[in-house]
Amino acid sequence: MSLFAAEDLTVNFGGIRAVDGVSFEVEAGQVFTIIGPNGAGKTTIFNLISRIYDPTQGRLLLRGEDITDVPPHEIARRGIARTFQNIELFEHATVLQNLLLGRHAHARPHFAAELLFLPAVRARERASRAAAEKVIDFLDLQAYRDSLVVNLPYGVRKVVEMGRALCAEPALLLLDEPSSGLSVEETADMAFWIQDIRTLLGITVLMVEHDMSLVGAVSDRVLALNYGRVVACGSCAEVQAHPDVVKAYLGG
Amino acid sequence: MRVPFKVSYDQDLGLFRDPVQQRWYAALLAGTLLLPLLVPDYLGDLSLVFIYGLCGLSLMVLAGYTGLVSLGHAAFLGIGAYAHVYFVQDVGVPWIVGVALAALITAAAGVLVGLPALRMTGVYLSIATLAFALIIQEVFTRWERVTHGLKGRPVDKPVIFGVSFGGDLAFYFLCLAFLIAGLWLTANVLRAPTGRAWVAIRDSEIAAQSMGVHLARYKTLAFAYSAALMGAAGALFAHKIGFLAPDIFTVLLSIQFLLMVVVGGLGSLHGALYGAVFVAMLPVLISQARDQAPQWVGHAAGLLGRDAGSAAYLAVEQFVKQPGLEPGIFGLILVLFILFEPLGIYGRWRKLQLYFSVFPLYKRATFRRQKTYMRSERLR
Repeated sequence: MSLFAAEDLTVNFGGIRAVDGVSFEVEAGQVFTIIGPNGAGKTTIFNLISRIYDPTQGRLLLRGEDITDVPPHEIARRGIARTFQNIELFEHATVLQNLLLGRHAHARPHFAAELLFLPAVRARERASRAAAEKVIDFLDLQAYRDSLVVNLPYGVRKVVEMGRALCAEPALLLLDEPSSGLSVEETADMAFWIQDIRTLLGITVLMVEHDMSLVGAVSDRVLALNYGRVVACGSCAEVQAHPDVVKAYLGG
Repeated sequence: MRVPFKVSYDQDLGLFRDPVQQRWYAALLAGTLLLPLLVPDYLGDLSLVFIYGLCGLSLMVLAGYTGLVSLGHAAFLGIGAYAHVYFVQDVGVPWIVGVALAALITAAAGVLVGLPALRMTGVYLSIATLAFALIIQEVFTRWERVTHGLKGRPVDKPVIFGVSFGGDLAFYFLCLAFLIAGLWLTANVLRAPTGRAWVAIRDSEIAAQSMGVHLARYKTLAFAYSAALMGAAGALFAHKIGFLAPDIFTVLLSIQFLLMVVVGGLGSLHGALYGAVFVAMLPVLISQARDQAPQWVGHAAGLLGRDAGSAAYLAVEQFVKQPGLEPGIFGLILVLFILFEPLGIYGRWRKLQLYFSVFPLYKRATFRRQKTYMRSERLR
């Protein structure tokens, strides 16, 4: 059984069919990449998985379990964490606070206990901090721990956002254009991290990406979309060579 | 520049950054305990500062930390005040139970406002809370059995466990105790997951939701907690003013609370207190200036000749007797703060601290923000 599957996913915005009958399966331990020209519906698929949009039709399955009707705030608890195309960090909080918020899916907040900051709350905070520190070490964020996000350069923010998602200890990590806005070196670092996330942390990665060198370096499977429809699916080389993909990108 | 040496996660979990800061706060506490000896004439004004401090905390939680701007917080203060007075004087419950009931009822009112407010953001939410405050004011006027309507109702002196806190000094310490308790509880929540969830909602709802924050639950919780603080403040406020009438809890009072958190500095507990000092003490300063200003200006202008002096005296006297002077000055200060110091008094204080700690290397550009990055596809 695959870790995650989308079955016949369709969504209409008014008269526009942004995603049209898309089906795919992500096996555990894979890096699965969705590519496609602008407006192909890649980010819409992510927003469907995060349950920000309701699909018009189709199902989402995580470990065979239907998550199509799960409320959006439950998704993280089920084991799916994500990043955003235009970084959505908590800007007026420190990097550490952002990462700790990533632990929210594992927190069992009890308001009365928090008011008095009972020992149980303290113990949980200590445990969250230890988990966040592991991510800090993994992504080399030690130098930025207490900086406000608003003061950080773009490339670091991108890493912090990925760190926040990792803090949720997801089974499936959604990365929406992890390399957009990054320099060549930063993109190379990103490729290493994505590989490490898969092999060292054992997290399955589903990503949307335009940079074909990054896609080629890390992807096990690639899905090409155009106008909300699947054009091709397979290894990176297969998809790149597929005549319909070439047509979608170059026209003709 | 002092950098605390950290060896344990518990150092970051404490209420204070390091022992040095802890000692400063101890000194501040000692100062507030000794203050009645230094300025015995101003005890009434200082108790009001503490009560406003609680109000500031309340709105800071909602506006400063959760990003929900309320223009109706005076209504919560009123609900707390009336509920407390009703339960203590008509029902006859003990004083402390009265405060607890006032806080509970106000929290319930907060939830009621919070529920429809979940679908609204920004200015729409502010308008909704404003409407709520107007309705509540009408309720205060009409529900005569509890509020005594427009006649108003006198408030007895507080008596707790048989001890009267009616005197200025005793009431000063009562208010101080409530403020410290409120600060402690709020600081606790803010360093726990709930506080982080609030900040997350303020900065990016969509990301907060994707990380597992139940938006509706945490927004309602913020409303309820904020309202409960306001309710407790209302109980003290009732005793402070000694007479409740519906026209006390007007929109202008709500705006004063908002002024408090903006001038103090949004997003910091310090800011709530700076704002409280500012809002509670400004009328005192204005009334003193009102008495003194004509003389000062008259004397100064008198150097140019007797006629100029008396003319200036009369002109200034006429000006300061204008009835709208106080709200006018409030408004002017609010505008100036938003223009020149959006981070408020607390922000200015932080800049001053940094200036001295890195002297002489301070750069003005340190606090200059870059334009924010494009968020073309930002989801709401």
